[in-house]
Amino acid sequence: MAKSEKQAYDEFIKGVWRENPVFVQVLGMCPMLAVTNSAINGVAMGMATFFVLMGSSFLVSLLKNLIPKQVRISCFIIIIATFVTVVDYVLLATLPGIHKELGAFIPLIVANCLILGRQEAFASRNTIRMALADALGMAAGFLFALVALGGIREILGEGKLFGISLFGDNFEPWVIMILPPGGFITLGLMLLFFNWLEEKKKKLDAQVAATEGSDL
Amino acid sequence: MSEEKQAAAEAGEPSSNRLVGTLAVAGLLSGIIIITVYLATFDTIKENKARELREAVFRVLPGVDKMQRFLHKEGALVVSHVEEKGEKPIYGGYDKAGKFVGYAIPNAGPGFQDTVSVLYGYKPAERVVVGMWILDSRETPGLGDKIYKDAEFVANFDHLSVDPKIVAVKKGRKAKPNEVDAITGATISSKAVVRIINEGNERWLPKLSKPGLEPALEKVEATPEKAEAEK
Repeated sequence: MAKSEKQAYDEFIKGVWRENPVFVQVLGMCPMLAVTNSAINGVAMGMATFFVLMGSSFLVSLLKNLIPKQVRISCFIIIIATFVTVVDYVLLATLPGIHKELGAFIPLIVANCLILGRQEAFASRNTIRMALADALGMAAGFLFALVALGGIREILGEGKLFGISLFGDNFEPWVIMILPPGGFITLGLMLLFFNWLEEKKKKLDAQVAATEGSDL
Repeated sequence: MSEEKQAAAEAGEPSSNRLVGTLAVAGLLSGIIIITVYLATFDTIKENKARELREAVFRVLPGVDKMQRFLHKEGALVVSHVEEKGEKPIYGGYDKAGKFVGYAIPNAGPGFQDTVSVLYGYKPAERVVVGMWILDSRETPGLGDKIYKDAEFVANFDHLSVDPKIVAVKKGRKAKPNEVDAITGATISSKAVVRIINEGNERWLPKLSKPGLEPALEKVEATPEKAEAEK
């Protein structure tokens, strides 16, 4: 029991940090760049993706033995598209403002390779429990990345965070940050940061291994 | 060949019927779910849209308490209660006493990136625009979206004369009652809003009823229960 819990926990952390879908796997770039001109849009897109990913992973894992492997991709897409349509209508009915901001990018969640990727690589080969842990981690990692990028761009581009003014009237917004180039620049710098972290960790690991080796 | 087939059968290769069947079942279930959600959310979505429009009408026509939809039919404005496809309505606003205040006219046209839908309030007695509201637009965030986020720009459309027509001028140069201060960095979007209103005026002003002869407020509202629910 404890072992399986640890494994589930590992799958979760893997998605949030070690294999973060955006910063490490560089997946889901289209919604990532398109909607992150404010933190709140990032939250909305992250939550929508979260719901779709959890639902799809659960169903795919549940039905993995019923779906013949020749038609698995089509089945995955049908499942994903169903959840996306549900999200689309529910958002339109409950949060029309957010739906207006995200616009065309909600239906495009269907084509988010992060979601299909998790079904093919993980959910269709693992137990429901593990699939849910994996989906939860990946969705949380995606949400984290969207909010981080959206937050940075909103702070620099509008001087606000979640619509709350941070610097007063004297701040001159860097409009470029909320335009598409700002998205690419911010994403590039964040990828740089994550790669730097990764290299640093590798070097430290190598150093630790070397000192341990010399101790022996 | 036959050996391959046999091997495939042994490996549990499913028949085509099974493949087609799986996809058909998946598609059917998916369709049922989508239709259920569509039906479940349909009324709310429609209400949201109607409420959005009402709020916009009340915003562009200050002092308005009730509204009616008008259609232009056979040379006169008539009150319409039922929505029909393809029609182009305008809205009449009335104050608490039921006296006519002004028209709210929707119009759309190309902006900087995509179509901009504008609703504006017009008072025929004074021949002025009294308010402007962007119903829908995809203008550049941070620049073009100032056409609705910049309160100074929106304030231009309060008591803006429509004669001879509205003109956008460089920011700070507004001198005449028919001029609008454009937004620095969003000239195209600002001019688009002005052009859309001018085009709306060209289309609608000749069709409006003579001042004082506007259709009276009918007692029965188009959707009484919704109007009540909002109060």
